[in-house]
Amino acid sequence: MLLIYCPYCQVERAETEFHCGGEAHIARPADPSKASDEDWVEFLYMRNNPKGLAAERWRHNNGCGRFFNAVRDTVSDKFLKFYKAGEPMPDLEAIAKEAGK
Amino acid sequence: MSQPFRTEKGGRIDRGQQLSFTFDGEQMQGHKGDTLASALLANGVHLVGRSFKYHRPRGIVTAGSEEPNALVGIYRNGDQTPNLRATQVELYQGLQSISQNRFPSLGFDVGAVNDWLSPFFPAGFYYKTFMWPKSFWDKVYEPVIRAAAGLGKPPKNPDHDHYGNIYALCDVLVAGSGPSGLAPALAAAETGAKVILCDEQAEFGGSLLNETSASIDGKDPADWVAETIAKLRAMDNVTLLNRTTAFGYFAHNFIALAERVTEHVSNPDPNLPRERLWQVRAKEVVIATGAIERPMVFPENDRPGIMLAEAGRTYLNRFGVKVGHKVLVATACDTAWQAAFDLADHGVEVVAIADMRENPPESLISIAKARGIRVENGCVVTGTLGRKRVKAALLGRLMTSGQVASAGQVECDALLMSGGWTPTVSLYSQSRGKVVWDAEKGAYVPGKSVQNERSVGAAKGLYGLQASLENGYAAGEEAAKAASGKSAKITYAQATGGEAGNGGTLGAIPHDRNASKVRAWVDYQNDVTAKDVKLAVREGMQSIEHIKRYTTTGMATDQGRLSNMNALQIASGALERPMVDVGLTTFRLPYTPTTFGLFAGISRGDFFDPVRKTPSHDWVVEQGGVFEDVGQWKRTWYFPKKGEDMHAAVARECKVVRESVGLFDASTLGKIEVVGPDAAEFLERMYTNPWKKLAPGRCRYGLLLNDAGFITDDGVIGRLADDRFHVTTTTGGAPSVFSTMEDYLQTEWPDLDVWITSTTEQYAVAAVQGPKAREVIAPFIEGIDLSADAFPHMSVKEGTFCGVPCRLFRISFTGELGFEINVPRRHGKMMWETLAKEIEKHNGTTYGTESMHVLRAEKGYIIVGQDTDGTVTPQDAGMTWAIGKKKFDFVGKRGLERSDLTADNRPQFVGLLTKDPKVKLEEGAQITTAQNPATGTPAEGHVTSSYYSPALDRNIALAMVKNGHALEGKTLYVPMPDGSIPVEVTGTVFYDKEGARINV
Repeated sequence: MLLIYCPYCQVERAETEFHCGGEAHIARPADPSKASDEDWVEFLYMRNNPKGLAAERWRHNNGCGRFFNAVRDTVSDKFLKFYKAGEPMPDLEAIAKEAGK
Repeated sequence: MSQPFRTEKGGRIDRGQQLSFTFDGEQMQGHKGDTLASALLANGVHLVGRSFKYHRPRGIVTAGSEEPNALVGIYRNGDQTPNLRATQVELYQGLQSISQNRFPSLGFDVGAVNDWLSPFFPAGFYYKTFMWPKSFWDKVYEPVIRAAAGLGKPPKNPDHDHYGNIYALCDVLVAGSGPSGLAPALAAAETGAKVILCDEQAEFGGSLLNETSASIDGKDPADWVAETIAKLRAMDNVTLLNRTTAFGYFAHNFIALAERVTEHVSNPDPNLPRERLWQVRAKEVVIATGAIERPMVFPENDRPGIMLAEAGRTYLNRFGVKVGHKVLVATACDTAWQAAFDLADHGVEVVAIADMRENPPESLISIAKARGIRVENGCVVTGTLGRKRVKAALLGRLMTSGQVASAGQVECDALLMSGGWTPTVSLYSQSRGKVVWDAEKGAYVPGKSVQNERSVGAAKGLYGLQASLENGYAAGEEAAKAASGKSAKITYAQATGGEAGNGGTLGAIPHDRNASKVRAWVDYQNDVTAKDVKLAVREGMQSIEHIKRYTTTGMATDQGRLSNMNALQIASGALERPMVDVGLTTFRLPYTPTTFGLFAGISRGDFFDPVRKTPSHDWVVEQGGVFEDVGQWKRTWYFPKKGEDMHAAVARECKVVRESVGLFDASTLGKIEVVGPDAAEFLERMYTNPWKKLAPGRCRYGLLLNDAGFITDDGVIGRLADDRFHVTTTTGGAPSVFSTMEDYLQTEWPDLDVWITSTTEQYAVAAVQGPKAREVIAPFIEGIDLSADAFPHMSVKEGTFCGVPCRLFRISFTGELGFEINVPRRHGKMMWETLAKEIEKHNGTTYGTESMHVLRAEKGYIIVGQDTDGTVTPQDAGMTWAIGKKKFDFVGKRGLERSDLTADNRPQFVGLLTKDPKVKLEEGAQITTAQNPATGTPAEGHVTSSYYSPALDRNIALAMVKNGHALEGKTLYVPMPDGSIPVEVTGTVFYDKEGARINV
């Protein structure tokens, strides 16, 4: 069972308190009416499935209820960064480099 | 009673406490401290089971949890637990045990005929044989295979034991309490770190408990263990768990432990659980699981009386049991010699030590000679004699040519063997670490750590008492430092003796016998021989994973700990590829078999899943109402009167609602309070409908889509104030709608000033529906003018019900005049009972979900999830009226514009009337244009809802049909096994089409 840090509660808690919300940083177009069919399909359905670092949305649904983001290594299941919703996507390459040293 | 193989003295058993037990009905004696295996051996019993496939007589091979043969059933409280390892079952007064996989008895087993027929049962036999004829699959083969499969018999009754569950956190978890486990536990504990030490055995100490030829700090190793455990026990920061197996290593250093709490006592405290599941989050883990000895793969190496050398030594030194009177020791490594010496010192005749090495250490040879033991170098066992117990062994001399020459026969009643040692890397492997081949040690050892763990001592191939202690202390200090930042000055205990041995062999032992006639076992439990592994390779299996599955080698309850390395070497030879390239199969959890009860814990019976009850529940039970499960909710399905079946009850309920009044418990509907200055804007963006212009005191039906454009939920939303909405959702959709709202609010529109709260549990809801509804509720409502003008259809207002604050909705899911009264949950029972009494005055009825479904279907109201399936748009459902076309955006708006969703030929929501009104369609039935379509014809749609309508006195149905809206009046067909049913496509509203009844 994963151990997850909620950046709002600022505590580590077991995975059972959380729910994964899929890939992070998929922005909903501000004016959907202007989005092309391709853009909309990209937004709706297209997701990366990386072997390695992935930025994911998590919700502390059995806790504070807040959504936040986390960088997880999909191979080792290790979390490398937790950050609040709205903060920019971190540089995954830099994180990978730092973790690999 | 005599125990002919018990030593005069020594061992850790309590000779003052004699215990009686039975094995297959025979009464025997043992002592406190015995395992069932040691007690059986003390009574001279080696034959304890029959093998899986050939039903060969089998004896005890090990003294640990990796035991492949001695699987027994234990009777307790009138039931039997199968497949327990006798080497782990602790003896208690009155223990009753039985052998398995034999009929009619262990001594005479008719299944043993398989052994004579063994040439017909090679590897992959099942795959090759039970292919034809096909008619035999379920009639002949399956029953026969089922009867033959498995070892023990499963218990017949529900498990009457109970099981516990504990979550624990610690700095350092140490798995294993041999020298390399006790040292780190002590080192970490002395720093003040929180330590958990667990060991699968009853006693802590591991190999130290049978070490008589070494000392630690000048003390007997067992005494040092006792002192160390006493020291640890006195420390508040240490938890000691014996009889506790670390069976699973999960992500983020989450370790599962199985603690056996009461299985070892004859009269357990009924308040204690049988087992306890420990779910431990450890900052650091020290894996001190040691190593196990490998069997030697020589012909007929499976006879009772043949066991591992260190097991023989354990039975002698720890349990005071001689495994035989005339013992032959066959080995490829040094450690087995000590077993021979210890046995000789207890007066056992060691007939010979046959070491396959040309030059075993001179030091060992001289000790053996001093005891008068015959030593044979470069000598192997090439076969054994004896059916139910080994009688003699054939010896062979290894020639420089690689050939083997016969070296005669020796009589023996026990044969101890050692092919060397295999580190127990299971936990490391489960932690996702990759094992690496260490050519020098001839073993796979842990490689790089993936999680916060370290393997120590024999578990990483580091042998020798002093080395294990040093490695253990250092690991404990490092782990404590890493986990808690603490350190302390530790004095390392010093050991003398117990030096590491050399040597070892892998794979099949060469022999001079007819290779096509003799069998040498690799995997005892699954009856896999060296020949089977070679055959698998000949038949094309290249990967070790395929070889494993084809032969079933390594699939025993020990996960191949005993057999893997030998099988791997044999496969590597047959494949002509080096072992490292063949690769090792993965060690999976659980480490040892784990009971279902442990996993289930308290989640059984009523605790399996929460049950949600509505305020009317007790009243409904009293009235004899029938419930249906809707998710976790118990909802009333229908209220049968005396003599009524479901059909009659539902017909009556529907009729009464239309003619007079009905009362329905709608408390399960999801409720969400949406509050804040931007509440209307938020709903505007979430739901398809417009909300900004909805006046306070009014309600509107809301339709919720996902961004793909498909209907996901619906419900009535009432505006209580400019900044406050009462949103209702479907019963099943409540959590997901709430979660979706939170998602959009937090991540897409964090600028909106809105607060949402789930209030499903806060309100009890009674729906009063029917022409008399107003009269029924009027006496109890205060503060609200109920007249049609003041409180028209789709109104909401706050007032009181019997003096209790309420939110009153005028809404209808039946097509009749209707009200839904929301009161605080704690007043729900009062409200229900008050209304149930009141409706009697109007000859009304309570009604359940089935009538609710019929009444809504008569009106063509959709049920999301029944009439829709996640691919239905508002246009498909005929609900374009619910879409706010002028809105800038709402969830799903852009999705609806996708070309596929606006294309022709989409399934659309329609009504269906069977030409014969008595015929009821089946929900889910396919719809076609042709009366008798050819096989393979695609369906035009399917039936989503189908009921008998009391109001129309005929059957009605709703369906999704391709281009259905344009087909009104046309005839389609529903082909069923007993004939095609003609149906007419209609609109979805069957009753009161103009909707007059709702507005009275």
